[in-house]
Parts: sequence; C-alpha cells; structure tokens
Amino acid sequence: MTEVTAQTQAPEGEAKGRFNRFDNPWLNPKLIWGVGILLGIILLGVLGRMLWNTELVFTGSTPLRLPPLGFENLRGQPGVADYPLGTDGAGRDLLALLIIGAPNTLMIGAVASLIGMTTGIVLGFSAGFIGGRVDDTIRILADVMITIPPLLILVVFQSVYGDVTLLLMAFLIAGFMWQSPTRLIRAQVLSMRESGYVKMAQLSGASTAHIMFREMMPNLIPYLFGSFIANATTAIVTAVGLEVLGLGPQRIPTLGRVIYDAINSGALIQNLWWWWGLPTALLALMFIALLLINLGLDEISNPRLRKI
Amino acid sequence: MFGIPSAYLVNRLVTFLLTVFIAATLIWLIPRFSPVDPAEIMLGRMASGGAFVEGADDILMQLRERFGLDDPWYVQYGKYLWSIITFDFGVSVASFPTPVWTLIAQALPWTLGLMILSIVITFIIGNALGAFMVWERTPKPWKVVIPSMMIFTSIPPILSGLLLMWIFSVKLRWFPLTGSYGLTVEPGWTWDFIQSVVHHGFLPALSIVIVTFGFWTLGMRGLMISVQGEDYVTLAKAKGLKPRYVLYKYMVRNAILPQITAFALKVGLLVSGQILVERIFSYNGMGKLLYDAILDQDFAVIQGVSYIIILMTAMSVFIVDLLYPLIDPRIRHSEAPA
Repeated sequence: MTEVTAQTQAPEGEAKGRFNRFDNPWLNPKLIWGVGILLGIILLGVLGRMLWNTELVFTGSTPLRLPPLGFENLRGQPGVADYPLGTDGAGRDLLALLIIGAPNTLMIGAVASLIGMTTGIVLGFSAGFIGGRVDDTIRILADVMITIPPLLILVVFQSVYGDVTLLLMAFLIAGFMWQSPTRLIRAQVLSMRESGYVKMAQLSGASTAHIMFREMMPNLIPYLFGSFIANATTAIVTAVGLEVLGLGPQRIPTLGRVIYDAINSGALIQNLWWWWGLPTALLALMFIALLLINLGLDEISNPRLRKI
Repeated sequence: MFGIPSAYLVNRLVTFLLTVFIAATLIWLIPRFSPVDPAEIMLGRMASGGAFVEGADDILMQLRERFGLDDPWYVQYGKYLWSIITFDFGVSVASFPTPVWTLIAQALPWTLGLMILSIVITFIIGNALGAFMVWERTPKPWKVVIPSMMIFTSIPPILSGLLLMWIFSVKLRWFPLTGSYGLTVEPGWTWDFIQSVVHHGFLPALSIVIVTFGFWTLGMRGLMISVQGEDYVTLAKAKGLKPRYVLYKYMVRNAILPQITAFALKVGLLVSGQILVERIFSYNGMGKLLYDAILDQDFAVIQGVSYIIILMTAMSVFIVDLLYPLIDPRIRHSEAPA
C-alpha cells in the first residue's frame, strides 16, 4: 500500500535521472504516512460537507446522547444509522461536528503558522543580513518572546473581548509563532553568509534580493517546511487549549469546544465515551500525522538520521 | 560569580527582565485597546451572569482604581508596574475580599510540585531512551520498542489526560477522578495526607510524562548520533574502556549539554500543557484557579495568574541559563554565546 502511495506521490523531476527511484529522500515512508493521514482528515471535511447533513451541528437537531452504531448507552438505547457516531448531550450529531470542526482546527494551525513563518523569514533575513543594531533588537526580541507562553496572553485577551472568530484566533496565535523561524533563519543566514557560493555571488555583483532568494532560500527549504509543521502543531495545541478552557470561538464548532462541552457535562463519569473520545482521537491522529511529517522532513534534511 | 563570565550573566539577566517586562506590559495593554470601559464590561458580565452584584459600586471603584482609568496613562502604567513588582494584583471579585495573591499562594505549591516532578521524570526517562536508541549495544527489542513509543510525543497532555482518566479512574477505579487530595484527609505532614496527595497526583503527572518525554528522546538521539562519530569516542573504545563507561562518561556527558538549553524553548509549552491538565483533573493548582476565574469573569485573578505563570517560566529559563556554565566548562572559558 505504501508503495502505491509512494509511486503516485513521487515528484516527477526528482524520480528521473541517475537516481534510483527508491533513493529519492522525499519518498520517506514517515513523510508519506503523515501527509496521507492529514489528507484523509482534510478529505473528511471536504467530502463530509458534500455528503453529510451538516445542519446536524445545531443544538437540538438530534435525540440526546445516542451511542455510535453498534453500541448501547447506559439507558439501553442502541445506536442508529441516522447518527452513526452518536450524538452529544445538546442534541448534535458527532459526525457533523467532526466534519465541521476538524478543518477549522487545521485551518487555525495553517494560517497562524503561515503568518508566523512569513514574519520569521523577513525578520530572520533582516537580522542576518543587516546586522548591528537591527540584529541585536530582533535577536533579543525573539529570545524574549519565545519564553512567553502564548496560551496565557491569549487567555487574558479573550477573557476581555469574549467571542472571537476563527480567523482572529489564528491571527492572535500567529503573534507568537514568528520567534522560532526567526531564530532558525537568522542562524542559517549567518552561517551561509560566510560560505563560498554567497561570497562568489557578492563578488560577481549580484543584488541582495538575488542572493537572498536565489542563492540562500533554496537551501533553507527543508528547514522552512520543518519549522512550518512544528509551528502549526504548536498553534493547534494553543487553539485547542483555549477552546478547552471555554474561550475561543463560541458559535463555530471546533474539536476543542466539543471536548469542553463534554467535560463540563460530566461525559466521563456518565460513560458517554464517544462524546469526548472521538474528537480526542481525531486530534491525536492529527498530531501524530504532523509529527510523522516533521520526522520525515528531519530525515530528509539530515541524512545521518536515516541510518537508524 | 562562580566563574560565570559577566557578559553572559548580564545578557541573561537582561533577557529575563525584558521577558517579564514585556509580558506585564502586554497584560496591561490588552484590556486598554478595548473600545469600552473594561471595568464596566466586567461588571456588566457579572450582572448578566446573575453573579455577585451587591456592592457593585465598590467593585466598579476597585476595578477603576485597578485600571486607574482617571489618571494619565503613564501614571496608570507606573502604578501598574509597581503593583506587579509587589505582587499586589488587587482583590478577587468571585471570592470578594480575598486578595488575588492569597489565592495564588494557595495554588502555587501544587503547580510547582507537579511541574518539577514531571519535568525531572521526563528529562531522565527521555534522555535515557534517546541515548539507548543510538547506543550500539542496546538489545534489539528495545530498538523497536523505543521508536514506537515516540508516536505519543506530539499529543498535548490534555488528550492523554482524558484517556488515562477514563481508563484508570472511570473504568478501573484505581485512581480518584478529580482533586489533589482526598476529602477525608486533613492537610498536614501526616502519612495519610502524603499518601493521598501521591495517589491523586499520579495520573496528572503520568499524563504529562507519557507525552513529553519524546521531545527529549528525539533531541538526545540527534545529539548522540553526532557524538557517536567523534574521535574521542573512537579513542575511548580503542583504549578498551567498558562500553557502559564510554556511554555515560564520553557520549551522554557531551550530548546532554545542548538538551539543557533546549529546555528554554520548551518550558512555555510544558507549563501551558500542565495548566490544562490541572483543569481537567480539577487539580488544586494554578490551572484550576485560572479556569474558575475565566468562568467567573474574575479579571484580576486571570491577570495575576497569567503574570505569575509567565514569571515562573522566565525564572526557570533564567535559572537553567545560570546553571549551564557550571555544567559546561567550555562556556566559562569562552566569551558569552550570541
């Protein structure tokens, strides 16, 4: 199965030439599995919206506390095919909640991480290239901000302002996602600046923009990917944390919000395992996929790790 | 001081103070961008929630004074910074005349205890597994088992906490569901109490440990791989030293140093994760205090708890930075690292 996925996902240009197809570092099994799981979750969101009745996320649209198909709840009610993953204590269909919630959660991670990375690239390059005061300011600021846990500042923010939209939440989290790409890129730029090919480009009169984007950027790509995934993970953890504390978007279903409702209604003690368990499992799967992608990227950029 | 280069010391101290200063400023600034009077919003919320509205004028006064809304901004800011240095966060609205600091002082030991315990356990287990993953004499089965344990690494502790709680507290009933000690025991240095605390703290600690040790394992693995190829390791082996001796004294001793600095990058996430674990286990720490304050819209407590946790985080990074030169003699003899 892995092999089939591998063949379909092989980038055309890389597979040709003098390399054996199986030597291509991008055909890393961890990377492929990670991307596969993530695509599956996205597919759940996309196909689900087309095939499933998403109106069922509204309170009171289903009977209360039905178990998933094939199980029985404490009141002896069996699961029904209309609500295959069961329903929660407020009469919402869990399948519909997962279909709407999972892409929302991924979206927050992707947007926050993308903004953070873009800022990080600009700041990291500025620090590495301009040096002096600019470098000092950016470096100290990144060192300082990396210590501050985003969760707590955002708790203060959201407890004052109340309801937020998904996008605003992503922007807020992005404010804490630029530090590690900045540090990473600054360090790489500093070491690359002394390397032969950059000196060569400078001597041949290439513009700063050319050196940045044509000479340095391609070398940074594996690091950037890795940093993007790591940041997306942190952003999702932060978002879920806020949601589980009862903050975050109040009207849009998110996985964290479902868990919050479940804990607050005592779903654990009442043995309503599907209510908290399914969103938890889906989130766990999401994090495992992100980890696999990150490990795969690590092995691609650092061949020494591949031996083991 | 203790042979630590003064440039390094000053650098770290400035970073520490700046961290606390920026965090405090953010906490102060955020409510002020709100278009309406923050004191009124909070009072309105309390009233609409049917909460404590008696003595509303007093509370409004207290909140207004807290924000110092009638002074020019620099006076307000100065007063705020002073109050934060003296740990005076005002009075809790939910449990009215109790100062916020009193509430924090009750919760802090629980959080610190759980945090130190879980970090120490995680650090030891994580690094040991990372070293064994690379060591050539590790038995074969372990080399399969350890990487498969890594799968938990990325899951936030709140999810593992829910799962453990369900298995061990609800299904098996081995551990209590919530709280940090039993209702029947009297707090004090008695055997019963300590037993109860350990019994209640086991699951929260475990749910943090099983998902965070992998961070150290993965880091250690990378470092061990680079150390493995060093000449001094080859020489040590060639000299015929015992393999275990080479592992501990040559490889681990050198590989573990960057791991200690990696702590600085991770501690923020660890603390946030623990706050959430405390919330789901209703553990009597800062997490529960914060969650209750969010429910009650008790802004003074939210502000105080956030500030204290950030201060704790910054302080632990600072302490690690100070310990680092003592562990790694190379820092003591060279200039401060950038």
